[in-house]
Amino acid sequence: MVRRFALAAMAALALGAGSASANQELLQMQRDPNQWVMPTGNYANWRYSELNQINRETVRNLRPSWQFSTGVLRGHEGGPLVVGDMMYIHTPFPNRVFAMDLNTPGRVIWRYEPQQDPTVIGVMCCDTVNRGPAYGDGKIILSQADTTLVALDAKTGKEIWKVKNGDAAKGETSTMAPMIFGDKVLVGISGGEYGVRGHVTAYNLRDGSQAWRAYSVGTDEDIKVDPQRTTHMGQPVGANSSISSWQGDQWKLGGGTTWGWFSYDPELNLIYYGTGNPGTWNPSQRPGDNKWSMTIMARDANTGVARWFYQMTPHDEWDYDGVNEMILVDNLTVRGQRVPKALVHFDRNGFAYTMNRENGALLVAEKFDPAVNWASHVDMQTGRPQVVRDFSTRAGGEDKNVQNICPAALGTKDQQPAAFSPRTGMFYVPTNHVCMDYEPFRVSYTAGQPFIGATLSMYPPKGEQNLGNFIAWDAAAGKIVWSRPERFSVWSGALATAGDIAFYGTLEGHLKAVDVRDGKELFSYRTPSGIIGNINTFTHRGKQYVAVLSGVGGWAGIGMAAGLEGSSEGLGAVGAYRALSDYTQLGGVLTVFALPD
Amino acid sequence: MNTRLVVAAAGALCLALAAPPPSAVSAEEEKPYKVVDGKVDRETFNGYRRYGNSCLQCHGPDGSGSSYAPNLTESLKHMDYVAFSDVVINGRQNVTQSQQNVMPSFGHVEDVALYINDIYGYLKARSDGALGRGRPQRLDN
Ligand code: HEC
Repeated sequence: MVRRFALAAMAALALGAGSASANQELLQMQRDPNQWVMPTGNYANWRYSELNQINRETVRNLRPSWQFSTGVLRGHEGGPLVVGDMMYIHTPFPNRVFAMDLNTPGRVIWRYEPQQDPTVIGVMCCDTVNRGPAYGDGKIILSQADTTLVALDAKTGKEIWKVKNGDAAKGETSTMAPMIFGDKVLVGISGGEYGVRGHVTAYNLRDGSQAWRAYSVGTDEDIKVDPQRTTHMGQPVGANSSISSWQGDQWKLGGGTTWGWFSYDPELNLIYYGTGNPGTWNPSQRPGDNKWSMTIMARDANTGVARWFYQMTPHDEWDYDGVNEMILVDNLTVRGQRVPKALVHFDRNGFAYTMNRENGALLVAEKFDPAVNWASHVDMQTGRPQVVRDFSTRAGGEDKNVQNICPAALGTKDQQPAAFSPRTGMFYVPTNHVCMDYEPFRVSYTAGQPFIGATLSMYPPKGEQNLGNFIAWDAAAGKIVWSRPERFSVWSGALATAGDIAFYGTLEGHLKAVDVRDGKELFSYRTPSGIIGNINTFTHRGKQYVAVLSGVGGWAGIGMAAGLEGSSEGLGAVGAYRALSDYTQLGGVLTVFALPD
Repeated sequence: MNTRLVVAAAGALCLALAAPPPSAVSAEEEKPYKVVDGKVDRETFNGYRRYGNSCLQCHGPDGSGSSYAPNLTESLKHMDYVAFSDVVINGRQNVTQSQQNVMPSFGHVEDVALYINDIYGYLKARSDGALGRGRPQRLDN
C-alpha cells in the first residue's frame, strides 16, 4: 500500500514536467535508480533507492570493491554523483572535482582544481567542507569555497562559465551543493558567524547570468515577498515583515544564511529550503523576532517570490539554524486527515516538523530527541516554540552562563540529511545527542571577522554517554519508532533502499547498514577515516554498488576532536569523553562497496 | 604594549640583580595568569571569552585542538609569548598540495589585538595545567 503511494508520488513528479521550464532530462534521471544524479537523491530529498540486490539478507556479504584517495585531508561532506558511466567526486578546499570512469574503476577522466585565494580558509567557520557539485544539462556546477559558481563540461571538465556569488572578504563563503531545476541553478551562501545577510540566487544554466536573488532578511523587495499573498501560519505576512522585526539597522547584519539543501516540487513549481541563525549569537544585541532567520521558505521557482514562510525559532538564543533539508512526501495521513503534499523537516532546534507544503500549514511539531529541553512544545495555533525560561539565554542576559541546554548549538541534527523510505513510510535520521552551556556577550562587527558573541561548552546529556543516535521517525505521528545509540554524533547523510535497509556512517569511520524494521545492525565496515559524507547507491553493468566519502572534519571535527569537556559534574562515565582523535585521523577516501560476484 | 609581561620581566631582572636564588614566589609572579582554587582573574577570564569568539571555531573547545588546527595547550609548551603573538598578529599559511592550513592574521582585529595578553594568559594557564577544561569561574573582584 505504501508502495503504491510511492509510485503515485513518482508519477506526480513526472506529471509536474508540464511546467514550462522543467528540466525534462533531470526529472527523468532523478527517478532512475541506476544513477545518482543529485546530492539529495531526488528532488524530494528522499535519499532512497529502489535497488534491492543489496538487502536485508545479502548485505552482510558487502565488501569494498575499490577505493580512491582524494589527496585532501580535511572534512569531506557530500557524496559522489553517478551519471551514466561517470562518477563525480569533490573535495573540501581546494574543491577539486574528479570525473571517474566506472568502466575502469578509479580511472580519472578529468580533474578540475579551481584557483582560489587561500585566505578564504580563514573565514570558513567550521572547516573547509563542501557538499558537492550538481549535474544538469551536460554540466557539472560547483560552488567553490570563495563563492565562485563554475559550470564545467561534464564530459571534459572545461569551464563553460563562472560567476561570483559573494565576497569572501566580508566572510561570505560557500559550502553547499547547488541544485539545478528547470533552466536554472540555485545556490545559497554561508557566513552566519560573520554577520552575512543570507540569500539564495538563481542563475541561468545556459550562461550563468543572474535570474533572481531573494534575501532572507531585508526589505520586501529584497526578500521577494508579496505582503498580501505570501503567508505565515495562514496569514499574509504584511508590509515590512522582516525589517519591523529588528531594531534599527541590525537587519543589515541579519544572518539567515542559506547553506543547507534545496528541494523542489515540479508540480507546484516551488522550491523549499531553510534559513540560518540571525547575526550574532548574543540575542540581547538584536531584540525582536529577527525575521526571516530560522525559517522554512517556499518560493516560486521561476520568480523567487515567496509563497509561504514558517519561522521555527523566532529570536534565536541558541544558534539553532533552520537550514536542514526539507523532505517532500505525498499522501501522509495525519490524525486521520490525508495530506496530499507534505513536507518533513528535522530542525537543529530538536523539533521535527510536518507541514502541508502547498500552504505552509503546521501539522506536527514534536521532539525527535527526548533530551530536548529549551522549549516545552510548539504552540500549534501560533507556531511559536514555548521557551523554558531556565534555558533562555536572553532571559539570562549578557555575561550570564546558562547551563544544561539541550540540544547544543550543533543541533539535534545538523545538515547531514535524513532518508525516507516510501516502503515503510518512515524517516531514517542521523542525530546528535549533545547539550551545552551558553554565555552570550557583547561583540562589535568588523567585516570579515567572526560575529559570534557567545561562549559555549558542550557535553552529552546528563548521565548519558552516547553523543549520537540513528533513529527511525514516524512523521505523521511525530514519534520515534526506534533509536540506535552511537558513541559520537552521527554526522553522515543516510540512505534507505528497497532492500529494506538503511545506511549511515559514523565519526569513527564505520559504514553501517541496519534493518529498517528495528534498527538492528546487519553490516559494519571501518573505512580509513571518520564519515561525515553522504552515502549513495547506483548500478554499473547491472550490479549494485554503495559509495561513500570518508574524511573526518566539519563542525564535528572541531567539537569532538579532543573530546567534549567533562568538567560539569554529574555527567556520564569516562567513555563519553573519549576523544574522536583516539579513533580516527584525517584523510579523504572514496570507498565503493559491492557484493561478491 | 605587553605591559604585564614587561613588568613581570623587569621584576624578575630586579630580583636577579639582588641575587637571591629564583624563588617559588618569583616564578609565580611571572605567570601571565592568576588562578586560585580553579578561579581566574578578570584578564584570564577575558582571554577565555575572546578565545571563544575568535579562535575556538578552529582550535576547538578549551584550546584543545580540532581535526585541523593545532592543540594550543601543547603549542604553548614550546612557544613563548613572542612567538605566540607573532603567529596571532601576522597569521601563518601552510597551503601546499597536501595541506590547506590557514591561521588568519589578527593584527587588525581589535577584539584580539587589544586582548592578546589575556588570550595568551588563558591559554598558558590551560597549557601549564593550572586550569582545566570548560568555562572557568571568576575570582570575584
Ligand atoms: C580559521 C581557523 C583559525 C582561527 C580562527 C585561528 N586559528 Fe590559529 N591556527 C590555525 C591553523 C590551521 C594553524 C596551523 C597553521 C600551520 O599549519 O602553520 C594555526 C596555528 C596557530 C598557532 C601556532 C601553533 C603552533 O603550534 O605553531 C597559534 C599560537 C594560534 N594558531 C593561535 C590562535 C589564536 C590565539 C587564535 C584566535 C585569536 C587563532 N589561532 C585563530 C587556524 C586558526
